[in-house]
Amino acid sequence: MKAFLILEDGTVFEGTQIGADREIISEIVFNTSMAGYLEVLTDPSYAGQAVCMTYPLIGNYGICKDDMESKKPWPDGFIVRELSRNYSNFRADFSIQQFLQENNVPGIAGIDTRALTKILREKGTMNGMITTNEKYCPDDVIPRLKAYTTGKAVERVTCKEKYELKGSRDLAENGAISGSAKFVAADYEAGKREQKPSLVRKLNGAGRRVALLDLGTKDNIAHSLRSRGCDVTVYPATTPASEIIASKPDGIMLSNGPGDPKECTDIIAEIKKLYDTDIPIFAICLGHQLMALATGADTYKMKYGHRGGNHPVKDLATGRVYISSQNHGYVVDMEKLDSRVATPAFINVNDGTNEGLNYTGKNIFTVQFHPEACCGPQDSGYLFDRFIDMMNGVKMEVTR
Amino acid sequence: MPKNPNVKKVMVIGSGPIVIGQAAEFDYAGTQACRSLKEEGIEVVLVNSNPATIMTDRDIADKVYIEPLTTKVLEQIIEREKPDSILPTLGGQAGLNLGMELEESGFLASHNVKLLGTTAATIRKAEDRQEFKDTMEKIGEPCAASLVVENVEDGVAFTNTIGYPVVLRPAYTLGGSGGGIAHNQLELEEILENGLRLSRVGQVLVERCIAGWKEIEYEVMRDSAGNCITVCNMENIDPVGVHTGDSIVVAPSQTLSDKEYQMLRTSALNIISELNITGGCNVQFALHPTSFEYCVIEVNPRVSRSSALASKATGYPIAKVAAKIALGYTLDEIKNAITGKTYASFEPALDYCVVKMPRLPFDKFITAKRTLTTQMKATGEVMSICTNFEGALMKAIRSLEQHVDCLRSYDFSALDRDALLRRLEKVDDQRIYVIAEALRKGIDYDTIYDITRIDRWFIDKIAILVEMEHALETQPLTLELLKEAKRLEFPDSVIARLAGIAEAEVKQMRYAGHVTAAFKMVDTCAAEFEASTPYYYSCYDGVNEAVETNPPKKVLVLGSGPIRIGQGIEFDYCSVHATWAFSKAGYETIIINNNPETVSTDFDIADKLYFEPLTPEDVENIVNIEKPDGAVVQFGGQTAIKLTESLMKMGVPILGTKAEDVDAAEDRELFDKILEETQIPRAAGGTVYTAEEAKEVANRLGYPVLVRPSYVLGGQGMQIAISDEEIEEFMEIINRIAQDHPILVDKYLQGKELEVDAVCDGTDILIPGIMEHIERTGVHSGDSISVYPAHTITDKVKETIAEYTRRLAKALHVKGLINIQFIAVGEEVFVIEVNPRSSRTVPYISKVTGIPIVDLATEVIIGKTIRELGYEPGLQKEAGYVAVKMPVFSFEKIRGAEISLGPEMKSTGECLGIAKTFNEALYKAFLGAGIDLPRHKRMIITVKDADKGEAIEIGRRFEALGYTIYATRSTAKALNDAGVKAKKVNKIQQESPTVMDLILGHKIDLVIDTPTQGRDKSRDGFLIRRTSIETGVNCITALDTAKALATSLESKNDSPLTLVNIADL
Repeated sequence: MKAFLILEDGTVFEGTQIGADREIISEIVFNTSMAGYLEVLTDPSYAGQAVCMTYPLIGNYGICKDDMESKKPWPDGFIVRELSRNYSNFRADFSIQQFLQENNVPGIAGIDTRALTKILREKGTMNGMITTNEKYCPDDVIPRLKAYTTGKAVERVTCKEKYELKGSRDLAENGAISGSAKFVAADYEAGKREQKPSLVRKLNGAGRRVALLDLGTKDNIAHSLRSRGCDVTVYPATTPASEIIASKPDGIMLSNGPGDPKECTDIIAEIKKLYDTDIPIFAICLGHQLMALATGADTYKMKYGHRGGNHPVKDLATGRVYISSQNHGYVVDMEKLDSRVATPAFINVNDGTNEGLNYTGKNIFTVQFHPEACCGPQDSGYLFDRFIDMMNGVKMEVTR
Repeated sequence: MPKNPNVKKVMVIGSGPIVIGQAAEFDYAGTQACRSLKEEGIEVVLVNSNPATIMTDRDIADKVYIEPLTTKVLEQIIEREKPDSILPTLGGQAGLNLGMELEESGFLASHNVKLLGTTAATIRKAEDRQEFKDTMEKIGEPCAASLVVENVEDGVAFTNTIGYPVVLRPAYTLGGSGGGIAHNQLELEEILENGLRLSRVGQVLVERCIAGWKEIEYEVMRDSAGNCITVCNMENIDPVGVHTGDSIVVAPSQTLSDKEYQMLRTSALNIISELNITGGCNVQFALHPTSFEYCVIEVNPRVSRSSALASKATGYPIAKVAAKIALGYTLDEIKNAITGKTYASFEPALDYCVVKMPRLPFDKFITAKRTLTTQMKATGEVMSICTNFEGALMKAIRSLEQHVDCLRSYDFSALDRDALLRRLEKVDDQRIYVIAEALRKGIDYDTIYDITRIDRWFIDKIAILVEMEHALETQPLTLELLKEAKRLEFPDSVIARLAGIAEAEVKQMRYAGHVTAAFKMVDTCAAEFEASTPYYYSCYDGVNEAVETNPPKKVLVLGSGPIRIGQGIEFDYCSVHATWAFSKAGYETIIINNNPETVSTDFDIADKLYFEPLTPEDVENIVNIEKPDGAVVQFGGQTAIKLTESLMKMGVPILGTKAEDVDAAEDRELFDKILEETQIPRAAGGTVYTAEEAKEVANRLGYPVLVRPSYVLGGQGMQIAISDEEIEEFMEIINRIAQDHPILVDKYLQGKELEVDAVCDGTDILIPGIMEHIERTGVHSGDSISVYPAHTITDKVKETIAEYTRRLAKALHVKGLINIQFIAVGEEVFVIEVNPRSSRTVPYISKVTGIPIVDLATEVIIGKTIRELGYEPGLQKEAGYVAVKMPVFSFEKIRGAEISLGPEMKSTGECLGIAKTFNEALYKAFLGAGIDLPRHKRMIITVKDADKGEAIEIGRRFEALGYTIYATRSTAKALNDAGVKAKKVNKIQQESPTVMDLILGHKIDLVIDTPTQGRDKSRDGFLIRRTSIETGVNCITALDTAKALATSLESKNDSPLTLVNIADL
């Protein structure tokens, strides 16, 4: 069936309908990761957006449920050049087409995704509609696109109730260490799917209790902590700070999440209260932006954001550059930082934008990128160890 | 970290002659590195024995030494030039080994020379088997478990710990004989027992078998601050077991989920960090297809063939960045030249699919085994880019220039299901065509996968192409179907063939329906940032983004496609120089090429680069967009020449020599007419199509005769026939490939072969010099030792050659380059062949005479005259140096290949010896080709009867050099009768010790074996030659070569070689 992608600026792409047969309006963004479409689809930060994958061949290795970063896909729509008709991977459960259909995610394939990306790059992120209605009327559609706003997305994606996750008590619980010869094909065939590769080689977080504020968290944030031995309690985004503080966690983790950080006024107010305690805090992405807003800094919307797995970020303390996984459309304004509160810890090598902050006189550090990876490079996973060091009483000046 | 201020003068070591496994990619890497160093104000001293390279140009480096790549020579150059550092990681394995030897001997330390980039300790860690294994173990990165055993019991015990199957490799046996794969204890015991017996040292390596696993590569960069990135990953379609150089490779990986992708990426970064590599590095993994288990196969701590491919596949200039890193820069300080906005620390994101296919030489070595193994056999490769895998594969196939354009190009339709299943077991260059046929016959994916271990995703893609073939054959050609066929990159000709209509009709339908190619950018960033110097590829499912330009003048330079025997790196040299010359003259330049190993496909050589197949249709797509003012075809070898007619039909003027004149040189009748008019003699001959006609002509001329197809390069299919039977045999071989043009039969003349390259401006000619071949006629000019200036001919012959060249160039209205081959029989000169275009000797003659003939030819094409360019027309004064060009072969890499020289070219590369005297130049040339004698002072001579007389003279000279001569019965008798002492050895089938035992004993320097006439019928001679090559014994099959070697050894003395800086000439 024919499908159309209509952009706010009037551009129309004609392609083929994929996934659910449903009309949607959403903010159109692009992601440059070459692998990891399932992780992208199940990243709650994409709530309220339709994602275009710039890599043209999507669905090659099917859907492996184990790799989902949350319980369901969140984007409003999915835009690809070619959806593989066949999939091949030893862990694949079913096709991406089936996944999109079952989860009611509409999409469009067979369009020139590069042309779309160039439009978004040049004109900035904009809204669009995916529809199969061949009789769409631009005069009717475009005003609707212009009027559309995503709205408060965090509330939609956060968990409804708090829940607890136990940390690993034994390294073996993490699966086999990456590179070891413990991966036996027969185990997969026998359904033993826990044999995933793990990079964690010591349980340095054993016994530590982390409160994770779920602003739309990817599972691998909790997993990164648990595999290092931390017990994690996940709290809904609306949880009052007092409840978290009362639980006396060793550390607090603010997760990633969707939407405009400035819309999260209530959450920002609670985060300010967390800031005022002495509890070590580590924040990622939206959590990083909210902490900045809570402490008097500002954020702004980028022209088309950073979404992909190839962005270099520089650790200003060491000069080292790491390739990071990124997904954000807003960024902390470095011009308006008060160095008495926070100083830049990381910057983006390409455009010089802020990628992380150290909070002056506090056991708090935050990053804009995704040390939990999934999808994307695992280079900055050491930041979880830095957080654990903080909880273990090691001072902030830890270098790797 | 900013640039290290202590680095001011750097010596760069090149990779030497082109051989299989070490090809043009190192010219690309070295050239890019040298330019990058010069950009930083560093003085560059370049050493490379290969004169066909761009890196050995005087404008690439400050000092250029085309000298043999030995430690002795390098030491001498270091003493003379006093560089503060050397950069050894850009010259392939050859360059790296030399750098290491200099370091290990303490020479570098004692001369205060530093190794730039990766340290010696690191290189050892990566290159030494045991050290590498230990290092990997230390950081928990797995290698395939292996153990060297000396008895069966140990082998069984070890295998029980690692599990079956295991690979067994006996140490020091010929071509891996005695090895195999054992699936159970019974097989293990059997193979092991046999292997231990065959091994000279009684050792067998028992290794876990990872054949059939996915082969995945990562190209990694790391700087001295420890920052590292992966440039790209690649997936081999052929699983482990086929050398990656012979595999079809796709970038990025297609069947890996993010979990596997990142697992291996992290591993690659861990490895490069632990090894402490600074610069580029290639890590190869074997990944179990149904688990997360992987093994590190190999690490190359240097720029490699794969990194050249990765550079072209992504736009990330690995060699350039590696050179900057060597100077001390960090990745976040180096700007990405393609975007001008991002930095070298940004990992490229691809929004297209890249397919690389190997160019295998089985068309040259028809007796060779086509089987693909862990020993690389490809001489070159092609790369293609498309928005989908199927399209990229189709483009790659037609880029190969092996008479293939789709998955039906090899016909297996006669095979039934069972035969196909058996054929699938065979791992060779035709496997994808067999898979396609298997799919046509309804064999399911699982069955194909179980045999080939090629991932089902790729099999499905082949199936999509097969389904399209079927649809085109059976359905009406609707616009919809045509669109889809074009999206999958079916060429119009194939669509026409399948649909049973004319190609013109397909094209017309396409144009009417607006189904035309669009061009997309390779920009390193998937369009995230604007690109400033991108390059282009075509697709049929997108909007065009090629930037429209309207410069005053625009020229299209056609590249030369994949490197193969007969069309090597020389033509890339010519294309690049022509491009630069046009650029200097104010033209906008456009290059079309598909070879990722070359300098011409570097993003900043031409104003625009199109990475596309060189077929008429693909070129026309570009012409439609660019509308060039003209095209030059004379620099791109046969690939470009073949496109002449099509370009003219597109309305693109051919700059320089006109197409009809090119034709006149190739068309026998037209050419004969010209010779008659110009009164230039040639060997008598005729044109034929059938064996009957050929025999008739041959008998009229009298045997021996030369048989060859017209319009070929490198003497492909050329043979000397001495009888009707041979004519029949050769004609059958030639006609296996449909011939559009007639076959030539000429009287074979025996004399001195001479060659000139000349520039002609329509009136005057400029001949930089005359080259003389050491081997008599009958050996292809590309395989002959070539000497400049011609040293054994009279001035009268020289004058005749100059005069004939002038007449021919004028008669053919040459504007630009012309290459002519002559035979001198006494004082009489005959023309053998005229090619009104660049030739493989162009870079060589340019360098030794200091006359930049490609630049001059380009200027002439633009409209300047030779006089205006400051040259006096005619044969130029001889240079004060003698330059000897020595062919280099890769016979040891191709099992079963016949090594004897003949009219068909077999060499893969060349090196140069340049000196004040002929003898020293000759010695240097042999040395550069790796013939460093004497060692054991023992040799074997076995020649055919006709050669016995000359063999005596040669034997006498070697005897005088102190050689002990062994010879087979009749040769020994002839030698002894003439007073040359020769020990008789038994023939192979006789009792031990035989000639074979001698060779296998590793105590022989040299074998001189002249094969019986024609394609060798004697198993014995063939075996002797193959055994020599495979055991590393020099084997000479032409008596002239043997004489030259004797001359070189006679003049050898212990005084150091004189060095020549080409840049001073």
